[in-house]
Amino acid sequence: MSTTSAREALHDALREALTNDSRVLLIGEDVGRYGGSYAVSKSLLTEFGPQRIRDAPLSELGFTGAGVGAALGGLRPIIEIMTVNFSLLALDQLVNTAATLRHMSGGQFSVPLVVRMATGAGRQLAAQHSHSFDGWFAHIPGLKVLTPGTVTDARYMLGIALADPDPVILLEHAQFYSETGTIGAPPTPDEAWRAATRRVGRDLTLIAWGGMLSRALAAAQRLAAEGIEAEVLDLRSLRPLDNERLIESVRRTRRAVVVDESWRTGSFAAEISARIMEGALYELDAPVLRVCSAEVPMPYAAHLEVAATPQIENIVAAARSVVHGGSA
Amino acid sequence: MTLRGIHPVPFPIEESRELVHQMLRIRRFEEACAEWYGLQKIRGFLHLYIGEEAVATGVIHELAPDDAIVATYREHGHALVRGVPAKALMAEMFGRSTGCSRGRGGSMHLFDAERRFYGGNAIVAGGLPVAVGLGLADRMLARPRVTACFFGEGAVAEGAFHEAMNLAALWQLPVLFCCENNGYAMGTALARSQSQTDLCARAASYGMPARAVDGMDIVAVTLAAREAAAQVRNGAGPAFLEFQTYRFRAHSMFDPELYRERAEVELWRERGPLHTFTDRLKAEKVFSEADFQRIDAEVADEIRAALEFADTSPLEPVEDLLRDVHTPQASA
Ligand SMILES: Cc1ncc(C[n+]2csc(CCOP(=O)(O)OP(=O)(O)O)c2C)c(N)n1
Repeated sequence: MSTTSAREALHDALREALTNDSRVLLIGEDVGRYGGSYAVSKSLLTEFGPQRIRDAPLSELGFTGAGVGAALGGLRPIIEIMTVNFSLLALDQLVNTAATLRHMSGGQFSVPLVVRMATGAGRQLAAQHSHSFDGWFAHIPGLKVLTPGTVTDARYMLGIALADPDPVILLEHAQFYSETGTIGAPPTPDEAWRAATRRVGRDLTLIAWGGMLSRALAAAQRLAAEGIEAEVLDLRSLRPLDNERLIESVRRTRRAVVVDESWRTGSFAAEISARIMEGALYELDAPVLRVCSAEVPMPYAAHLEVAATPQIENIVAAARSVVHGGSA
Repeated sequence: MTLRGIHPVPFPIEESRELVHQMLRIRRFEEACAEWYGLQKIRGFLHLYIGEEAVATGVIHELAPDDAIVATYREHGHALVRGVPAKALMAEMFGRSTGCSRGRGGSMHLFDAERRFYGGNAIVAGGLPVAVGLGLADRMLARPRVTACFFGEGAVAEGAFHEAMNLAALWQLPVLFCCENNGYAMGTALARSQSQTDLCARAASYGMPARAVDGMDIVAVTLAAREAAAQVRNGAGPAFLEFQTYRFRAHSMFDPELYRERAEVELWRERGPLHTFTDRLKAEKVFSEADFQRIDAEVADEIRAALEFADTSPLEPVEDLLRDVHTPQASA
């Protein structure tokens, strides 16, 4: 079977959505002529024209809100916010409008809006271009958050998001775009929003999603060489969160390490850790550990950036510690 | 400039009566709201529109049933004129399950999907980008509709205003921007917060037609809205209307009004849209005090019924707390 990059898979997903549904349009900065800042929408302008591949001015708040209105008006807009860093300028429309309209109106309106954005660090882009706000978005009732971490999910999560009647945020890790793999079968409707076991193991559960999934899998491979069998649970969706599979896995392995590229304090990993405490405390053989980013604005220098973010070695060390005891 | 008192009212008498009726509905509805706020049946923020009635009345009078409206937290009047039943509105003010937003919205978040009334947004300028998107959908689906977006002059200082104006003009979208310039954003007068106080100049800089209108004159408002809505509907792109108006009441029920003189309020009250219009109709001898009393009695009945409906309506059961966060879906 041939391998595909996540970028190509995302591109094909967009192309399919535009082909199958004339209500779908892509709005974002440099999505058209430029081809997308991560080249995901390359060549789509030629195929679908400037009405549906709509280059937007530098107005994150404005065009995200326009996405809300367009969704209310019967279109199926996909908003591309170049990176999560700039989503800070659009948060008002996401949090105060997209997420609230259904409830504030007593259930009269749905906002079928999809917002894609690149997220994460790892390319020496320093403190303003390396953020991870996964937990922030997952914090908001009314939003849903999908985090593709496999090429199969890169290929099919957009369709899941578009099929949903409510606002969905797709967080695409910037380093994930060039990961490659084989595209598998699309998730069944039952599995669309559920966590997936990417590796079965008996000694501990590594919990990851999005850009951290490949690191968790690499760590599991190294651990296997030492005789530690790690289960790897890919959360896939942060809201809704598949509590059932999370708790089921940890109850079985009795140990857990959560990998999250956000800063540790107030991270989504903290939420996962609390869920495990609520659901599996008495089955645990060790405290839950978190591998997160260091509490510092992202430094530019390569060695410092590496030191600030979760690396395979950090995950391996945390896993050893929960299995053998001692500090990570 | 207003032509009041120079030319006769250019509407058939039935239309004039309807404008009086709608302005009076807003006035009496809000007087009742203030009263029942005092009785603690209505809580939260309550922003009254009294004094500004001509703007919503005149503009919405010119909209077609499938046009859309996006408004602010000061939107009771817009919802009423649009046809959202007073009962459903008052029940919403009372936080009841029969309210137009099931008691989830309150005064600042009135909605009505059937009437394309997109609320009630309590973030200053938050509605403008949404209106742009509604216009985009109409444009792409080739529907000859207008989206009327109401906002205060305070919103002009927000980034969302400028982003929305640029997008609407750049993409030539059918949005009618209706700025309700009542002179103050809470306690901040326009000149104290904005370097360019000519709001039309700012709108015009985005390449759209912009016009200042006497917002105390229902005739001027209606005619300006008629012309602008027709242009927008015919594909001329967005337009901007600045309605110069004044709120007679405090910003909200918490406002001690330290920032303006009573004399200023009194001066504007003399220009009140309701009595100046009825005086004019009376001077033309097409409308009498008895006509006014008849309409007022009819409105009083409507408001009384709305209050009774609201006060006797059930509360949403607490078991339903979590409903309407997401759209229910048929399980796969
Ligand atoms: C983004 C934002 N900032 C501040 C507020 C608090 N606030 C509510 S109304 C208001 C004044 C707005 O004035 P204007 O836009 O002129 O409308 P008006 O209330 O006069 O109708 C302010 C500052 C808010 N709701 N939203």
